[in-house]
Amino acid sequence: MNKELQIAIRFTLVTTVIFGLAYPLVITGLSQWLFPHQANGSLIIHDGRIIGSQLIGQTFSSNRYFHARPSSAGDGYDAANSSGSNLAPTNRTLVERVQAEVARLRAENSNAPIPVDLVTASGSGLDPEISPAAAEFQVPRVAQARHISQELLRALVAKHTEARQFGIFGEPRVNVLELNLDLDPAFPAKN
Amino acid sequence: MTGMGWFQIFLYFVAVLALTKPMGLYMARVFQQETTFLDFLLRPVERLIYRLCAVDERQEMHWKLYGRAMLLFSGVSMLLLYFIERLQRWLPWNPEKLANVAPDLAWNTAASFTTNTNWQSYVPETTMSYFTQMAGLAYHNFVSAAVGIALAIALVRGIAERETKTIGNFWVDITRCLLWILFPVCLIASFVFVSQGVVQNLKPYVTARLIEPHAVDSQDADGRQVHKVIAEQRIAQGPVASQEAIKMAGTNGGGFFNANSAHPYENPTPFSNFFQMLLIFLIPSGLTSTLGRMTGSPRHGWAVWTAMALLFLAGVFAAYAAESRGNPLLRGVDRQASEQQAGGNMEGKEVRIGIANSALFTTVTTDASCGAVNNMHDSLTPLGGLVPLVNIMLGEIVFGGVGSGLYGILVFVVLSVFIAGLMVGRTPEYLGKKIEAYDVKMAVLSILVSSLMILIFAAIGVVTKSGTAGITNPGPHGFSQILYAYTSAAGNNGSAFAGINANTLWYNASMGVVMLAGRFLAVIPILAIAGNLASKKTVPESLGTFPMTGPLFSVLLVSVILIVGALTFFPALSLGPILEHLRMVSGKVF
Repeated sequence: MNKELQIAIRFTLVTTVIFGLAYPLVITGLSQWLFPHQANGSLIIHDGRIIGSQLIGQTFSSNRYFHARPSSAGDGYDAANSSGSNLAPTNRTLVERVQAEVARLRAENSNAPIPVDLVTASGSGLDPEISPAAAEFQVPRVAQARHISQELLRALVAKHTEARQFGIFGEPRVNVLELNLDLDPAFPAKN
Repeated sequence: MTGMGWFQIFLYFVAVLALTKPMGLYMARVFQQETTFLDFLLRPVERLIYRLCAVDERQEMHWKLYGRAMLLFSGVSMLLLYFIERLQRWLPWNPEKLANVAPDLAWNTAASFTTNTNWQSYVPETTMSYFTQMAGLAYHNFVSAAVGIALAIALVRGIAERETKTIGNFWVDITRCLLWILFPVCLIASFVFVSQGVVQNLKPYVTARLIEPHAVDSQDADGRQVHKVIAEQRIAQGPVASQEAIKMAGTNGGGFFNANSAHPYENPTPFSNFFQMLLIFLIPSGLTSTLGRMTGSPRHGWAVWTAMALLFLAGVFAAYAAESRGNPLLRGVDRQASEQQAGGNMEGKEVRIGIANSALFTTVTTDASCGAVNNMHDSLTPLGGLVPLVNIMLGEIVFGGVGSGLYGILVFVVLSVFIAGLMVGRTPEYLGKKIEAYDVKMAVLSILVSSLMILIFAAIGVVTKSGTAGITNPGPHGFSQILYAYTSAAGNNGSAFAGINANTLWYNASMGVVMLAGRFLAVIPILAIAGNLASKKTVPESLGTFPMTGPLFSVLLVSVILIVGALTFFPALSLGPILEHLRMVSGKVF
């Protein structure tokens, strides 16, 4: 008994050093060397300032930008507090929240059906992307706010529409932050 | 459901199938001390570990000694984790200056990670320092996985050996598992993840200046309305990729961030998502082939695999169908899947992952005892949420957790053999070993532990104030939240209907107990079976022997699993997800 206990204590300490410290630190070192951009968060830097990450969504609220999905992370897209809504499908809070969103979007574009991802909160609350349908739904609003033709805007959206990875994996999608970052230089505000 | 969705599921299934044999044979070599291509590198490290720990690698252990070593190691390492959490304020790599973890939460988390559960009552990015995550939590991801695999190998040895008193050496088994299996897999996986965008650094959280500052109205801690302008975004960082690798490969499932594999920094691309699911099944599926190899009956290994595959496909189909239909209560919303959108039930799901890969992940993570989630299970449709619940209740034997899946299904194999024996009126035999009263008693004991834990604690949970206080979704779903919590704990899964407010004294304390019982009370009878089988003579096969290979055996095994599961849990399930489904389709909101 005593012998096994002694081994257990030593084994815990030795393997903690190997797998709890050496392993993650070596991976950290090599990742920083091989993939510095990814390992440090795929950050987007403009004029020497960090303005976000390619992988992390942000809140946009004015008509001039494409909007992201509803978020349950903190006060919305809080990237130090990721979370889904965890509302059950039969929860009144969820149904009413979605109804309010639907009413708002109806006022904004009465022609197209409302894509489900545009009115539902993502699992992380940080989803950087929307579906191509959700981008298309917003084209008339953004085009009007920027006084440009919908066709020009659609071309920019198409440029930012990512197909399935390797043609196989996942779903087609549009990165909201990257699309919006391209909007300003492409279509500068006229007023 | 879409063609592309099914194609991705098919591709996943084929990839798992293709990896099973090579992985299984490699693991058999590792545990039978045969030479492998990594020996030149790992053998010196192995020897060094034995020297530092005073392990005699030639010693063979009786099952009781094997079990004692396992319990002592789990106890000591759990204690260390508890103290790391309690003292993290003064330990290195805590750039966010996170406080020491409260005692009840530290207890719950220590039990959770020691038992390979990875239930998380806390929000990691605001609770656990980088040091705690690396040296405490990710470390336990490694060793709890190794312990599970070692136990499975010990049981397989018991089946394969004859007239011997020993079932191997615990220290040697976990050391070889850590070095030869988990370490190389995680090394490769870490870099795959980083290349896809998973972060790996020790820096403080990044602050980004938002393009468009915006105002929000929210409530502060005292419940007062506050109006504030948000102009910055703080983005959590950390050594995530290294932990992500073992989180999946060791079927642990504990997220570095609160959103787990839904978080873009844990699971940034559809390919990283595919790779994560592959890692979950890699070792459990391979172990069926290890079983075939070590017992000299590869076809038996495949028969077990086939039974698992049938249950897996049934689960995927049910989950995918339910999630594609979506939530009929959301009116005026387009849920139709097309090339333009995934459609279906997108609440709690990510756009890049979509419906098919969310349903697949949910099935895989609960078939195995992984418990990582790439979508929020609490927001699944009632029938979509029924699938993970059933998977865990059946004992996570559909490939299952690393090691625990194999020893879990072997318990059902013993039971199936026994029932088949009763039907033909012969003493049941399993691969040449007579299965007697002692073995069957131990098998039933092992199954009963987790069923009892789930039903008793869920019952206490729904009739006590401290239990119902955790409910965040009203109606039948509230019951499901509590049922899911104890099911997840007893099955050492770790996924959750995560809305439940479980960071309370009651839940932390009770779930800690359930997790420890679900793991350790369930494996001691299994070690007893291993020891007992090892000591038996083999009897030659005869015409009357029930075949352990082929479709008849696979179907019998599936039937026994389903009958035991249904008899135990159907009443509870009908009060939760089934009732909720019926109310939902009749338009009821709670």
